[in-house]
Amino acid sequence: MTATFPAPGPLAQARLAAAQEPVEETAISVRGLWKIFGPGEHKIIGTRLADLSRDELRLASGSNVAVRDVSFDVRPGEVFVVMGLSGSGKSTLIRCLTRLIEPTAGEVLLDKEDIGKASQARLRELRRHRLSMVFQHFGLLPHRRVIDNVAFGLEIRGEPKKARRDKAAHMLSLVGLEGQEMRYPDQLSGGMQQRVGLARALAVDPEVMLFDEPFSALDPLIRRDMQNEVIRLHHEVGKTMIFITHDLAEALKLGDHVAIMRAGEIVQIGRPEEIVGAPADDYVEDFVQDVPKSYVLTLGWIMREVRPEDRLDGPEFPSATVIRSAVHAAATADGPIKVVDDGKLVGMVDRRLILSAIAGTEPEA
Amino acid sequence: MTAAATAVRPRAGVRLTKSRQVLLLLVTAAVVYVLAQLFFPTRFTRPYDPDAGLFDWLNGVRDWIEGQTKGPFFEYFITPVRTVLTWVVDLVTGWLNAIGWTGVAAITAALGLVFVTWRTALALTAAFVLIGLMGLWSGTIITLGQVVVAVVVALALGVPLGILAGKSDRFLAVVTPILDFMQIMPTFAYLLPLALFFQIGAATAVVATLIYAMPPAIRLTALGIRGVASETVEAASSLGSTGWQILRKVQLPMARTTLGLAVNQTIMMALSMVVIAVFVGAGGLGDSIIKALRTLDVGRAFDAGLAIVLLAMILDRLSASASQVSDRRLTGKVPWSTRHARHLMVVGAVLVVIGIALGLTQTWADTFPSAWHFSFATPINQFVVWISHNLVLITDGLKNVVSAWLLDPIQTVLTQSPWWLVLYVVVGLALIMTGRRAAVWAAAATLGVLVLQVWQPSMETLAQVLVAVAMTMLIGVVMGTWAARSSRVSAILRPINDAAQTMPSFVYLIPAVALFQPTRFTAIVAAFIYAIPAVIRLTEDGVRGVSPTAIEAAVSAGSTPFQVIRKVQLPMARRSLLAATNQGVVLVLAMVVIGGLVGGGALGYQVVAGFSQRSNFGSGMAAALAIVLLGIMLDRITQGAGARREIRRVEEE
Ligand SMILES: Nc1ncnc2c1ncn2[C@@H]1O[C@H](COP(=O)(O)OP(=O)(O)OP(=O)(O)O)[C@@H](O)[C@H]1O
Ligand SMILES: [Mg+2]
Repeated sequence: MTATFPAPGPLAQARLAAAQEPVEETAISVRGLWKIFGPGEHKIIGTRLADLSRDELRLASGSNVAVRDVSFDVRPGEVFVVMGLSGSGKSTLIRCLTRLIEPTAGEVLLDKEDIGKASQARLRELRRHRLSMVFQHFGLLPHRRVIDNVAFGLEIRGEPKKARRDKAAHMLSLVGLEGQEMRYPDQLSGGMQQRVGLARALAVDPEVMLFDEPFSALDPLIRRDMQNEVIRLHHEVGKTMIFITHDLAEALKLGDHVAIMRAGEIVQIGRPEEIVGAPADDYVEDFVQDVPKSYVLTLGWIMREVRPEDRLDGPEFPSATVIRSAVHAAATADGPIKVVDDGKLVGMVDRRLILSAIAGTEPEA
Repeated sequence: MTAAATAVRPRAGVRLTKSRQVLLLLVTAAVVYVLAQLFFPTRFTRPYDPDAGLFDWLNGVRDWIEGQTKGPFFEYFITPVRTVLTWVVDLVTGWLNAIGWTGVAAITAALGLVFVTWRTALALTAAFVLIGLMGLWSGTIITLGQVVVAVVVALALGVPLGILAGKSDRFLAVVTPILDFMQIMPTFAYLLPLALFFQIGAATAVVATLIYAMPPAIRLTALGIRGVASETVEAASSLGSTGWQILRKVQLPMARTTLGLAVNQTIMMALSMVVIAVFVGAGGLGDSIIKALRTLDVGRAFDAGLAIVLLAMILDRLSASASQVSDRRLTGKVPWSTRHARHLMVVGAVLVVIGIALGLTQTWADTFPSAWHFSFATPINQFVVWISHNLVLITDGLKNVVSAWLLDPIQTVLTQSPWWLVLYVVVGLALIMTGRRAAVWAAAATLGVLVLQVWQPSMETLAQVLVAVAMTMLIGVVMGTWAARSSRVSAILRPINDAAQTMPSFVYLIPAVALFQPTRFTAIVAAFIYAIPAVIRLTEDGVRGVSPTAIEAAVSAGSTPFQVIRKVQLPMARRSLLAATNQGVVLVLAMVVIGGLVGGGALGYQVVAGFSQRSNFGSGMAAALAIVLLGIMLDRITQGAGARREIRRVEEE
């Protein structure tokens, strides 16, 4: 197999370059984050040992690099997905963000405040009001009713019983669990339990929600329901979300931006189409090769510049439309598709481009 | 050590199996033994000398300590502790006496009614009444009072320590070896040193009981805290809980089943120890047993033993059910506020009020009226006589065969061997079975015994231990394997084993004496009865744990059942068998030593003599220390890789 196609068209490349510009406004910004487990935790960074691979280092020092020099920015209101195989350090990374695991080095800025420098009291304050988390195995309290599980975060920060129960009941209706308030977690199905976990995290009205593989323990159909639920909630409540998964389809479906992790490092960050269309290395390429490109790539990705000879009576689509949605129109229209952003013509997509995108081969020049 | 190492470690390239290594070790030892008997038969043996200088020195130490009672250690620590404990025990016993047997029986009935069922309530009350009818009421109250105080203090100290061990890895690492050590320490060994500081009396009994009963409270609490899923704790942290909020709202409630088990275990251990603590002046039911055994009145001993068993049953049943019920209530499985439950509570409360009121006002309710007394003594004694007339061939035959063919030869070899030959075998076994560190420990313990001037009695005790362990393992492994292969046998054995394991060790002396009179063999039999339930259970669990696929593979290859057992199940259950041996050895030692009381002689007898005569203190103390050292030695040899972990795993289930 040679280079994966479609490579970004020339126009898309210009847009890619623009996307590399620094993000001006961030909800969370991570800079140079490390986590090393083991005896040499604080003796490795800055020495030659830090350049060794994970396995070499484990042999040399008995320490395990779970997260290695990770940096990324999360824009307010977006869903930022971190994807990687088992053991790549995703759980460790997300726990470092709220210091459930103390990072070894690096900084985590929440709205410009360095979480790493917060005192224990301040950290609790941040956790109580601004960050909350959803867990893979739900982490519910089996001895409490559903409603008191949801109200737990409110209870912890000292809200009176009536108020917190009202709020918790509202959250339960938001996640579609009306009428389950008085049951116990082990009387609910896995999917319902995770809805309780979601409601608990939502109840404290945080700015940022963290998800550590929240749907991995659920079976596929329920998982799809829950993904749609997250998309819906994201539209309704508009929280910033950092979402961990090992499932590429889930990452592409949910993420505004996706970061790919391997052995503790981030190997690529980008919009789903960038990951699929321009994998940074063989590792990512391996991952994405089975993804049907036309489901992820957009018209903006494959479009070409407008030529004088182009017919302009074809259908119009925004550049963010995935290719697949334009197939029917391209098949039936006579002229090429006009790609428009904000009413302005930015490029053209003809049948040949669409077909070769679907086939995954280079179009002839 | 080097001798052992070269003998055991074959030259490069050749690897002997473990059993070959053991064989080689024993053969070399046998050759050396024969040579020693021929050329220097008594040169390196260490016969017991009751007037050894060390004993006098220990007596001197005692006198010195007793002279220190005005010193700060006594004034600010020992004496206040003793005073407070004595006062509290008197207080509790006073209350129990004040509410009379009607009060105690009514409280039992009410608890049974609320936590278990009315039928159990009736049975438990009947058990209390039966104790009273046997004329053992006042002794029971003394024992019960000490148990209550010891349990409360053990939990008050043990649960917080357990929480600490649950939360802090470093603290756990510190306490684990201490707890392990306390678990192998034969109970009998620390009574004498305690008596030295706290003097004879109820307070000392409570302290001894406390020390004995606290380890499970610590261990199980820590286990419960650590058993809470880390994600649940993280979830609570991620919402901004403080450490205290996590403990109170997450860890303790989620650990409640294990905490209930901790309470139950603490109570049962306490009862077991309070009975043995008669030697430091606990009085109560243990006293009745000791007195009866001293005069060989098996019938009276039976009464007291039965009373202890009944008390154990009552406490076990109530504490186990109470924790289960509160568990179910907390998770909402039992609608606690239903009318039925409320009615039960009301009925229970009324019962208690009536019982206490009777006890406070009526003289007949204070202690059991003696006109009602009856005793199993006469029929039991008749039965014992009948045995000695009719079964004498069997019992004496068994006793004589084992004594003459097993015990005597082993004892002779052990006591007549040069001491360094014993050391050689000990170190060699430890090296083969467990490892280098264990060998160092075992060697140090053996040398310690030598230094303590109690070599010969230690070898006698060791001989009894070896015989008892051999019997226990042989029969225990057979029964355990059988139980693992047949669910019917398992269904019969399990409840018996469970009941046997909650029984205070002391009562096992009674049937042994009834059958075999006081002899060395009696101690062995008591140790056998005491240790076999644990061995059966560990074996059964191990054999059951063998993967069914391995067995299917063997069967489909045409193995006979016996081949499956010998070639698949037992080898694959090796770790459990090693654990069973380790546990068996520890339990046997603890009981063999107590058997010193009923003709076992050796170290146990020396300890008992140390209690009864001031001039014997020194040798008693040396014997007590030697018991601990023997315990360490045997434990290290049989620990194997991972045996301790295995035992803990099974205990935790
Ligand atoms: N407490 C710890 N002590 C030592 N090593 C750890 C610890 N926690 C995680 N690790 C190691 O760090 C690495 C990353 O683990 P992490 O749990 O973050 O991976 P993950 O990507 O979340 O994997 P999964 O998909 O299985 O959840 C692994 O090699 C793991 O063994
Ligand atoms: Mg993970």
